[in-house]
Amino acid sequence: MHIGDYRVTYASDEAVFVNATSRFWLGILFIFLLTFPFLAGDYLLFMANVTGITIIGAVGLNILTGFAGQISLGHAAFIGVGGYTAAIFSSRFDIPFLLCLLLSGIMAALFGIIVGGPSLRLKGLYLGIATLAAQLILEFVFVHWESVTGGIRGINLPTPKVFGIALDNDFKFYFVILTLVILCVTAARNLFRTRVGRAFIAIRDRDISAELMGINLLQYKTYAFAISSFMAGVAGCLYVNFLKTVTPEYFPLLESVRYLAMIIVGGLGSILGAIFGAIFMTFVPEMIKSLLGLLGAIFPTAMSFLFPFQQVIFGLLIVGFLVFEPHGLAEIWYRIKNYFRLWPFEH
Amino acid sequence: MSILSIEDVSLSFGGLEVLSDVSFSVEPGEIFAIIGPNGAGKTSILNVISGFYRPTKGSVAFNNKNMDRLSADKRAALGLGRTFQNIALYHGMSVLDNIKLGAHSLLNTGLFSALFYWGAAHKEEIRLRKEIEEEVIDFLEIESIRKKPVGSLAYGLQKRVELARALAMRPKILLMDEPVAGMNAEETEDMARFILDIKEEHNTTIVLIEHDMKMIMDISDRVLVLNFGHTLACGTPLEVQKHPRVIEAYLGQKKG
Repeated sequence: MHIGDYRVTYASDEAVFVNATSRFWLGILFIFLLTFPFLAGDYLLFMANVTGITIIGAVGLNILTGFAGQISLGHAAFIGVGGYTAAIFSSRFDIPFLLCLLLSGIMAALFGIIVGGPSLRLKGLYLGIATLAAQLILEFVFVHWESVTGGIRGINLPTPKVFGIALDNDFKFYFVILTLVILCVTAARNLFRTRVGRAFIAIRDRDISAELMGINLLQYKTYAFAISSFMAGVAGCLYVNFLKTVTPEYFPLLESVRYLAMIIVGGLGSILGAIFGAIFMTFVPEMIKSLLGLLGAIFPTAMSFLFPFQQVIFGLLIVGFLVFEPHGLAEIWYRIKNYFRLWPFEH
Repeated sequence: MSILSIEDVSLSFGGLEVLSDVSFSVEPGEIFAIIGPNGAGKTSILNVISGFYRPTKGSVAFNNKNMDRLSADKRAALGLGRTFQNIALYHGMSVLDNIKLGAHSLLNTGLFSALFYWGAAHKEEIRLRKEIEEEVIDFLEIESIRKKPVGSLAYGLQKRVELARALAMRPKILLMDEPVAGMNAEETEDMARFILDIKEEHNTTIVLIEHDMKMIMDISDRVLVLNFGHTLACGTPLEVQKHPRVIEAYLGQKKG
């Protein structure tokens, strides 16, 4: 039975996965993720891909809003910048997919830095409104700059290629997305093991004392916006390549709000929370839909009445989670983990 | 040669004059106390030194170098440590991370090495951890709480963690705003002992604000008395205690 961890070096105490048990479970998860596409059907595979892309976006937003405390209502627009960058470069200039990925990230990061500029002066709700303005402006640009964005008809993308392999189905795409999810999550986790991540949290918790402790607020807020929107850009590039088309409808304000809801439900200021939130927000609506579908099969006449209830149930679930666990799904996870750590001898 | 000199500093917010022509200098290695009734401008002068307020007039020099154009974070990097009156710890982090944050400007990890972590950033983090464990946590006797979230700690311990965070900055001057406010006698004694040890072991200069007169008179080398933004007196604790204007400010005038 596991009774404690014996550590004799600071390096082992600073490790993320502190003991053999957690490394074992990480290995199990990895094997599951690798075998998943061989077992899953088309629908599940599609959902997994969408979830993976959403995880990258949510981790990015959680770095900015959850860790660094800068509210952003423009996250979908940054994803859109990444998406359009990828679409334009790949359809017009034949830039290879992997380079597009990088360019989308960089382009979105540049926009993020510009939008983040006012954050030195604006805090909380005021910053929220400033980023809301960015969202609306970018949405407007997506729709009306027709010569570049193709207006509401959008742009169709060619099939992306990675090292000569055409990503022409969900199965192949899965592995590309999985790799990028792992890269982004690892990078994000790494960030918070160093002074950069600590500076973000310090700015969120008490910005005045952070400055007096030697943190350059402008520099680190800019960093937060840059990293966050870089990840958004990567997510955008993946999303449009996955769907092979881009239109302004993919990046409405509601999508920004959905990302915010994701990190709140998952757990603000937690990488794991962003992952849980992304999974929750993509899978649960589908689960409710299929459950209602089952009910509809039993009571065919009730379907027209039941169908609109999806949104209501989903909304109630979110409210329920927030009331019973304001720190999000990640906190629930830690509590369950701690319970089983000493199970069955709790005390 | 003084390590810190304040020359004719005035500070006003709109029509309210908080500090008027305050001048003093602090010698290396001394404990310099600033006292005065509430609203005398004590915290304001500390904020002027830290760079959080810009004085309307006058200048602040550190090691004979003028600091007026430096922002607060640059001043911290030069070696100005700071603790706060209302504890300003970061509640989202553990005690250890709070202390590590103090060392921010001593570290070099940039954005990209942070994202990659393995290699330079890792080495730096482990070295930092060792230094903090051996020089700060051990010194302040907070080994048992280092993994706890700061929000869960008792008030006195939080004050001590704040001191730890300031020490991790390896300050040349430590600015302490009411280090023992709200503490009981035992905690006050502990804190006074730590302050003396910091001065003796690291030869750190300490500027502190305090209302606990017994402690001030016991540990400080020199005392500055402020009242309504004006300097009333400056000298050794004994000189200040006997100064007629100080007695007047604290106790009022004798009748008749």
